[in-house]
Amino acid sequence: MTHPLHTEFSGIAALRDALVSRKVSAQEVAQSALDAIEAQRGLNAFLDVNPELTLAQARAADAVLAQGGNVPALTGIPIAHKDVFVTQGWRTTAASKMLEHYVSPFNATVVDQLQAAGAVTLGKLNCDEFAMGSSNENSAFGAVLNPWDRRAVPGGSSGGSAAAVAAGLVIGATATDTGGSIRQPAAFCGVSGIKPTYGTVSRYGMIAYASSFDQAGPIARSAQDLLELLDPIQGFDERDATSLTHCHQQNNAPGRVRADFDRWAASGTADRPLAGLRIGIPREFFGAGLTADVAEATETALRKLEELGAERVDISLPRTQYCIPAYYVLTPAEASSNLSRFDGVRYGYRTPNYQDLAEMTSRSRAEAFGAEVQRRILIGTYVLSHGYYDAYYLQAQKLRRMIAEDFQAALTQCDLIVGPVTPSVAWNLGEKTTDPVAMYLGDIYTLSLNLAGRPACPSLAASDKARTASGRWACN
Amino acid sequence: MALTENDVSRLANLARLELTSDARTHVQNDLNSILSLIEKLQAVDTTGVEPLTHPISTLEEVTLRLREDRVTESASLEQRDALLHAAPATQEGLFLVPKVIE
Repeated sequence: MTHPLHTEFSGIAALRDALVSRKVSAQEVAQSALDAIEAQRGLNAFLDVNPELTLAQARAADAVLAQGGNVPALTGIPIAHKDVFVTQGWRTTAASKMLEHYVSPFNATVVDQLQAAGAVTLGKLNCDEFAMGSSNENSAFGAVLNPWDRRAVPGGSSGGSAAAVAAGLVIGATATDTGGSIRQPAAFCGVSGIKPTYGTVSRYGMIAYASSFDQAGPIARSAQDLLELLDPIQGFDERDATSLTHCHQQNNAPGRVRADFDRWAASGTADRPLAGLRIGIPREFFGAGLTADVAEATETALRKLEELGAERVDISLPRTQYCIPAYYVLTPAEASSNLSRFDGVRYGYRTPNYQDLAEMTSRSRAEAFGAEVQRRILIGTYVLSHGYYDAYYLQAQKLRRMIAEDFQAALTQCDLIVGPVTPSVAWNLGEKTTDPVAMYLGDIYTLSLNLAGRPACPSLAASDKARTASGRWACN
Repeated sequence: MALTENDVSRLANLARLELTSDARTHVQNDLNSILSLIEKLQAVDTTGVEPLTHPISTLEEVTLRLREDRVTESASLEQRDALLHAAPATQEGLFLVPKVIE
C-alpha cells in the first residue's frame, strides 16, 4: 500500500512547516502522491494526471523553498482540481464526452491563484458531467467509488474531489457547488468542504452549469485546511461579471476570511468557546424524509455544540418545500443557455456523420451529452420558451427572492443555521440511477443555500461505520 | 400539464438535440415527472415580488458591471492558433462548418 507523505502530517500548516524547514521536499511529497494516485486508480477519482508537469511544479516549489525567507503560503502543498476548472497542461473534460480531448489555452482564475500561492497540482478530478448530479454516476468516464465503502457512491457532483481527499491522495482539492456539490460529497466521504458566499470566488474559467448559483470552494480534511485553501482564492475578479468587490462591508480579497476565522477562534473561553453563539435549527429540516440515523447524528452534534456554549434557537424556513421546484426551474434554464455554446464548431465533439449544419450540431450534442445533461437542457428550454417563461422562470425567480428573504429573517434570530446535509447517508452505486426525480429530492437541505447565495459548510457529526452523516453549518 | 410526444420533439429541436424515436418516449416520461415536481411552484402567491437575479442583491447593493467595449487580448498568430486548437475542423485561421448557402 502506497503511503503519500502528506498524510503523515496533521494538515496543511504542519506540512508547510516540514517543507519550509526542509525536512521533506516538495518533490518527495508530489512523487508519493502520484504513486498513490496510480495505486488507487480503481477509485476512478482522477481523470487526468501529468507527472512531468506535476514534478516540474514541485521542483519549482523546492527552488523557492531553498531560497528561504517568506515563501507563498501553499508552496509545495499537493492539491488537485475538479475537472470543471480549465487548466493549461491537463485535459479539462467536465467529465463529458463533449470535451473528452479538450485542453484549455488558459487557466481558471482559481487555478492561477492556487498556483501563485505555490500549490502543486496533482491532476484533474472526476465529477458528474458538467457538475450535474448527486452521486458522480453521471460522469462519462465512470463513477467514482467511495473510499470508505466501494459499493457506495461518493456523492456528487464533486465526488472525485471528496474521494481523493478522503483517500489521502491529495491534502485538498478544488470543487464547485451549485446545489450541494461540495457539501454533499464532503459529507458522504467524511471530509470537510465549504461553499463560500456567492460572488466571493471567481467563476472565470470554471465551466458554467448555472451561473447565478455556481460557486467554487475547497474540500479538505479540516476546517483549518479549508481556511488555508479558501483564503487565497477569495477576491474580486473583473473577468467574472458577478464577482463581488465587497462582502459584508469588507474588501473581497485574501485575508478577509482568515481575519474572520481568527476573530471567531479567539472568542469565548477555553472550555466554552461557543458561548454566546445562537444556532438556528430550522424545523422544516427535521420533518418527514429525514432518516433516523442522520437525525440522531445531527442531534449528537447539536448537543456537543451546546456543551461548548452555543444556544439553540428554533427557527423556520417556511418555503423549504418550494426550494427543489425553484431550483429545478432556474438551474436547468441557466444550463440550457450556458450549454448552447457546445455546437461542434469551436471546441468539443463533432459527430462524424452529418448532412448539414443543423444536423451536425444536434447530432453532435445528442451523441456527446449524457442523459442527465440532456434532460436539464430540455427542461431549461421548456421553462424559457414562449408561453411558459412567466409561469415557470419568472415565478421561480420571485420565489427565489422570498426564499432568500426567509434566510435573512431567520438570521436575525441566530448567528448560524445548523441542520443535516442530506436526508440519508451515502447510498449504493446504481440504487437511484433510474429515477432522476428521486435523486433530486436528496438535495433538499443543500440547494436552498444556493438559491439564497449563502455560504455553507458541512461538519463531521458522526461516523456510521464506513459511511458518514454530517451536520451542516450555514453561517452568515 | 403533461408534455406530448410532439412537445418533446419541438423542445428537442429548439435545444438542438437529436432524439431517436426510442429515446423520445423515455425522455418524455422523465420530463413529465420533473415537470410534476416543479409544478408545485404555481401554488405560491408571488404578487408584487421582484424577481431575484443576483442572489446577493438581497443582502447588499450589487451592480452588474459592464466593461468598456474594447479588445483586451493581444492579437497574434500564436494566440489565434491556441484558440483554434480545440476546434474539430479549421483552415487558415477559420472554423470550418458544412456549407450553409447553396
